[in-house]
Amino acid sequence: MPELRLTVNGADHRLDAPIGTSLAHVLREELGLIGTKIACNEGHCGACTVQVDGAPVLSCITLAHAVDGDVTTIEGLRDHPLVEAFVRADAVQCGFCTPGQVVSAAALVAATPEPTTEEIRHAMAGNICRCGTYPKIEEAILHWRD
Amino acid sequence: MARLIRTEKEVEGNFEEVWLVVEEDPLQQWPAGPLDVVGRPAVRKDARERVRGEARFTADIRLPGMLHAAVLRSPYAHARVKSIDLAPALGLPGVHGAVGPSEAPGLEHEAGYSGAPVAAVAAETFGQARAALDAIAIEWELLDAVLDPEEAVERGAVHGEAERYERGDFDRAVAEADVVVEGTYRTQVVLHNSMETHQSVCEWVDDRLDIYTSTQYVWGVRNEVARELGLAPDRVRVVCEYMGGGFGSKNSAGEYTFAAAELARRTGRPVRCALTRREENTAAGNRNATIQKLTAAASSDGTIVALGGEFVNALGWGGWSASTEGPLKILYACDNVRTVRHTAKINTPPMKAFRAPGFVEGTFGLECLIDQLARALDLDPLELRRKNYASSNDGTPFSSKNLRECYERAQKHWDRRDEVHARSDATWKRGVGMASQIWYGGGGPPSYAWTRVGSDGSIAVVTAMQDIGTGTRTAMAQIAAEEFGVPLERVEVTVGDTSRGPYATLSAGSSTTPSMGPAVRAAAADAKRQVLEIAAQRYDLEQRVLDIRNGRIVSADGNLSVALDEFLAILGNAQILGKGARGPNPTGMSVLTFGVHVVEAAVDVETGEVRVERVAAIHDVGRIINPLGAESQVEGGVIQGIGHTLSEARLMDQETGRILTTTLDAYRMPTIADVPEIVCEFIDEPDEHLTNLGSKGLGEPPIVPIAAAIANAIRDATGADVHELPISREEMLRALREAKERRGAPAAV
Repeated sequence: MPELRLTVNGADHRLDAPIGTSLAHVLREELGLIGTKIACNEGHCGACTVQVDGAPVLSCITLAHAVDGDVTTIEGLRDHPLVEAFVRADAVQCGFCTPGQVVSAAALVAATPEPTTEEIRHAMAGNICRCGTYPKIEEAILHWRD
Repeated sequence: MARLIRTEKEVEGNFEEVWLVVEEDPLQQWPAGPLDVVGRPAVRKDARERVRGEARFTADIRLPGMLHAAVLRSPYAHARVKSIDLAPALGLPGVHGAVGPSEAPGLEHEAGYSGAPVAAVAAETFGQARAALDAIAIEWELLDAVLDPEEAVERGAVHGEAERYERGDFDRAVAEADVVVEGTYRTQVVLHNSMETHQSVCEWVDDRLDIYTSTQYVWGVRNEVARELGLAPDRVRVVCEYMGGGFGSKNSAGEYTFAAAELARRTGRPVRCALTRREENTAAGNRNATIQKLTAAASSDGTIVALGGEFVNALGWGGWSASTEGPLKILYACDNVRTVRHTAKINTPPMKAFRAPGFVEGTFGLECLIDQLARALDLDPLELRRKNYASSNDGTPFSSKNLRECYERAQKHWDRRDEVHARSDATWKRGVGMASQIWYGGGGPPSYAWTRVGSDGSIAVVTAMQDIGTGTRTAMAQIAAEEFGVPLERVEVTVGDTSRGPYATLSAGSSTTPSMGPAVRAAAADAKRQVLEIAAQRYDLEQRVLDIRNGRIVSADGNLSVALDEFLAILGNAQILGKGARGPNPTGMSVLTFGVHVVEAAVDVETGEVRVERVAAIHDVGRIINPLGAESQVEGGVIQGIGHTLSEARLMDQETGRILTTTLDAYRMPTIADVPEIVCEFIDEPDEHLTNLGSKGLGEPPIVPIAAAIANAIRDATGADVHELPISREEMLRALREAKERRGAPAAV
């Protein structure tokens, strides 16, 4: 199997994985990083969002061997102020989509530290939450540094 | 003391007479309003684990040696397996086991819908299992399929007899009425689409079956599996610590659990069976479509004299027929009511309960019709609703009802009409609409909780319920903290394991808080009483002068004040154990929840686009335990309801019965960009007749009135009557054309 080299949350990994393996699969099944959730497995819902060099990426439709950059998962963002902002705002119900929401939001505030409501809605529209925590997510991101 | 009673038990609006063992509950209700912990906003106990991705869902369970299963499903809407050969699949790489029709509950020879489960394969990887499905040799006999619900009713393809109800003399009341309005309303099939798909991991440990499953009812799965597999119930252990959403679709075990259990038995290894998103959209349950032919009649002063409805619930191959006529029967005072409900059995995927089943659909029809009646009477819609206020449920008194107060509070939102109309322009028309909400949500016995107090002063609440994302853990911790007299941080709540806690109710029917809360309070009170007994002996005081407040044991005269953890060090390794049970519901009373939504909507009359701009949601669900979590429930219900109203529809090929919307780009759920301003208000008045808490459930009420309120806002904005959900652009443009024709103008749209 072709060798796969990945940098995830600052740690370097060398793995064997068949060509065609998704990044989400490698993160969850090979590296045990189960914070990245798979909800649709075809790039429609955002639950599997990770960052590659700071940009949000749908890891379930990203080929692991094609990743060119440093990967950051929710496990690498556990101390990000957004986590406490989500907790305070009650921006979590079942929580299955939430890690992906936080990863997307972290990419947003890194690029735009004081996003407007419009910018939040634009950046977060690819992350579906069936419980409907959206108003609280918006609030959490608006006040992420409080 | 345990007491045996014969009583009506309600779940999701279904009633059955049962024997119930209940325990007396001597606790008086707390005074109304915010207390020390209860009634104050609390951050979720498990928020951090969930936000940081540390919470372990069923999807994250990895057992040593675990295999992955894939399910073979019928490509036909109605067919029978003539022959099946699993052997070619078993010979493929990585495959360890296969199970065919009739070899596990849920896998059947007769497929009643496209997507019906037939067989399953377990392999080292999911990819191997899925590839092996193609190798199964199967021969089908095609059967006649019925896909149209009205045709099904005509042909007698129904689930059971039609449900009929009548009070008074409907025909005479209609004949003598001053005003009669009629309307036909249709609601579509919608899908739950929980973010975590239906799934289970099964493992046999000796003769015990361990099931990790994404469920709303660990005890229900335990009992169902034990019954189906012929096991003693205690041989089945069901675990669900964190759960990725259910909305009613995860109340039973499902074929994925039975297939995993059988494959685990055959292979001797743990087996996971998880539905893919496409299976989730096909075969994991749905809210059934309905057709509602409604009549309302009134005298000229606005008194509703007759209400009637002919309903068809288009149920699919399985499921149960919810009370779509419920709101019409109980929302308004009306002496003459006639309803009939047919339940079509069609060759489409089975219905499963979905957040207030029946009442969501029925409220859409009824509350649109009531607005139509208001126009015919030239009365204000809010005034008409107030005028026909029901003071009893068909003669049975309500345990509490503050709908009138909801209407009072709705007035200020309703009074924004002129201001909203004034914001219309040439293409975007703006209007305000309202609808009332009625639903169950009283919960009931049995449900139990234990408390354990250790020498460090921490309090553990143990109960084998599940927190499906509604914040139940937190609400239970607040109740225990309030009763015990300690800060919230002192209380931990353990849930989700039938082998590690007493029976708890299902997380459905808005029943968790009203069922579990009183049991948790009783268990906390029991432990507290024991602590005070010990303190009385230790300090040589009468127990009645002692209390625990804010984590300190105090005497009435103020002479004693000792920190609880300091005092409890006396226990050493001993523990204080408390237990509590849910008492009975009030006899001879109807326990219901109430509310009102006022919606501001905008319609682009050129394109038919509809935007919801503001929703005021006022609800009466008794005492509110956690205002923060309650607000989240309301927002979530409103948003899901906006999806049901405007964008969500499961589409099916009418020729083959195949589901066309199997992905999350085809099945369109709301995103953050679709969310309006949402204003939540709670009456927050304890129901004095209901338990030691006076709390009702809130999971379902917020989704009940939203569709009608949106439709009524659209009517207010444009004069167009919508009759179908979802209100697609097509339906909106049709309604606009019809309104134009009605006004006598040429239909130009």
